[in-house]
Amino acid sequence: MPKRDRWEERNGDSGAAPAPHWDEAPRIRALITAYEGVPGALLPILHAIQDELGYIDRRAIPLVAEGLNISRAEVVGVIGFYTDFREEPPGRHVLKVCRAESCQAMGCEPLAEHLQSRLGVEMGGTTADGEVTLETVYCLGNCALSPAVMLDGRLYGRVTPARAEALLVGARP
Amino acid sequence: MTRVFVPADAAALSVGAEDVAEAIAREAAARGVAIDLVRTGSRGMFWLEPLVEVETPAGRVAYGPVSPAEVPALVDGGLFEGKPGPGCLGLTEAIPYLANQERLTFARCGVIDPFSLDEYRAHGGYRGLDRALAMMPGEVVEEVVASGLRGRGGAGFPTGVKWRTVLAQPAGQKYIVANADEGDSGTFADRMLMEGDPFLLIEGMTIAGIAVGATKGYIYIRSEYPHAFRAFTRAIHIARGAGLLGEDVGGGGRAFDIEARLGAGAYICGEETSLLESLEGKRGTVRYRPPLPAVEGLFGQPTVVNNLLSYAAVPTILAEGAAFYANYGMGRSRGTMPLQLAGNIRQGGLVEKAFGITLREAIEGFGAAPPAAAPFAPCRSAGRSVRTCRMRSWTPPSTTRRWLP
Ligand SMILES: Cc1cc2nc3c(=O)[nH]c(=O)nc-3n(C[C@H](O)[C@H](O)[C@H](O)COP(=O)(O)O)c2cc1C
Ligand code: FES
Repeated sequence: MPKRDRWEERNGDSGAAPAPHWDEAPRIRALITAYEGVPGALLPILHAIQDELGYIDRRAIPLVAEGLNISRAEVVGVIGFYTDFREEPPGRHVLKVCRAESCQAMGCEPLAEHLQSRLGVEMGGTTADGEVTLETVYCLGNCALSPAVMLDGRLYGRVTPARAEALLVGARP
Repeated sequence: MTRVFVPADAAALSVGAEDVAEAIAREAAARGVAIDLVRTGSRGMFWLEPLVEVETPAGRVAYGPVSPAEVPALVDGGLFEGKPGPGCLGLTEAIPYLANQERLTFARCGVIDPFSLDEYRAHGGYRGLDRALAMMPGEVVEEVVASGLRGRGGAGFPTGVKWRTVLAQPAGQKYIVANADEGDSGTFADRMLMEGDPFLLIEGMTIAGIAVGATKGYIYIRSEYPHAFRAFTRAIHIARGAGLLGEDVGGGGRAFDIEARLGAGAYICGEETSLLESLEGKRGTVRYRPPLPAVEGLFGQPTVVNNLLSYAAVPTILAEGAAFYANYGMGRSRGTMPLQLAGNIRQGGLVEKAFGITLREAIEGFGAAPPAAAPFAPCRSAGRSVRTCRMRSWTPPSTTRRWLP
């Protein structure tokens, strides 16, 4: 099977077939339309979709391809290239732990270990109750206040295991 | 009215600056004291964050690190009057860490409200652009060449020479691209500046646009910096609203506008050709060269790609003249360089110094690295792209190009 067809098989319906009904389609189309006339709009559009849904639903792929007049394979290739774009919904909260040099020097590894064992997930995983996704990040620009984490887009510095737990308790209902 | 300053820089917020600001507002209200609570960027003395400053006739007086719980006691002790006492650090500008720096690029960072054009102007902002608007494009480029400014993104290519190439391309759509991917771990100068003095970058990019004949600029900000992205986007809107971006920049008859774009978590997109691919909406793969981006860059058009700190140096060069800037530094490295001290060090932060400072001066002098621990500690300069050295072998100065000639 040619590569192209396999992409499409994996990532939605093939070529000419009409897109199946999807409740979110009008919202997603509106997001895409907002970028009409903006050159090179694929990344901003994917960010907008992810901000809206929390991830890039595969059903959005044909809509994006159509809106930008590019192939689905291109959209899929871009989504796959950038680590930010998720193809599955994350947990209700996303906790990113910096594991780059400065944070390493200040104990981010024990912090990461602690969080993994307390949450019962590996880095990159989501807790069974769907509450928290735990991720690694390489530098949050908070290196003078290491170790640093980011919870739901907010930065925290000098994070001890106890402080990380307090943050999570504060974030969870 | 008493002016009180609390940073809204992401790093300061990361250790509670927001709660401190709220506590200060609460205390002032409870005591019926009218204060003007100004949110600034960070001074870059991160071990003192959250840092609170109060304006006094003698200058700003600093307190820090301040926790929200301490605020009532500090106010009792005379914080609103800048009185000395526990937690008081004296005049901010007299703190040796700051007093021993040569701040050109970061002169306003942590000092002004980053979203106030009035304050930006009152502290010397837009003088460079005013001068550039009165010059021929080629003259602006030659001023930057004469300053000796070399790219701050790692490779150290002379900025003015790059601009010359773009200026020499036939008229048509050209682009200015600011690289704010700041991918090397241990670095945060780009982030601080975007949050603490965004108009400086806007001014620098605008001068670049006028110099080479580009009407459109992009800044590519890594997605790990959502706060900086929001701050910069806000500053763009303010500048546009004031006519400092748009069809007729500053009434000088030239068009220039900027769009902020968010990266998506790919380290390679800090490399300039991958960055251009990414801006075009593609996977961030490295392009073959030639052609150079200066000849065929974004969307196939002539493009200046510079690190954000390179642009940020330009307003000073235009405002004060190339000779002023070239007077700082040594050898082929002219001007100042922001160093970022981080890791297991007492005084982590941002140090802007003329080129020529040694690693020992930086780490022991500014960083106050505990000498006992130092002799065998590995020390890493500037991030992934440069080598690690052992402290024992760190003098004479390392050859790291990001720092030194
Ligand atoms: C793998 C790689 C990563 C890079 N990352 C960055 C970066 O994060 N920020 C940056 O300004 N330059 C980075 N550069 C350098 C850029 O390719 C380019 O030289 C620079 O943006 C030019 O600007 P300047 O002349 O003002 O330094 C990187 C280069 C490579 C090869
Ligand atoms: S190394 Fe962790 S924030 Fe920079």
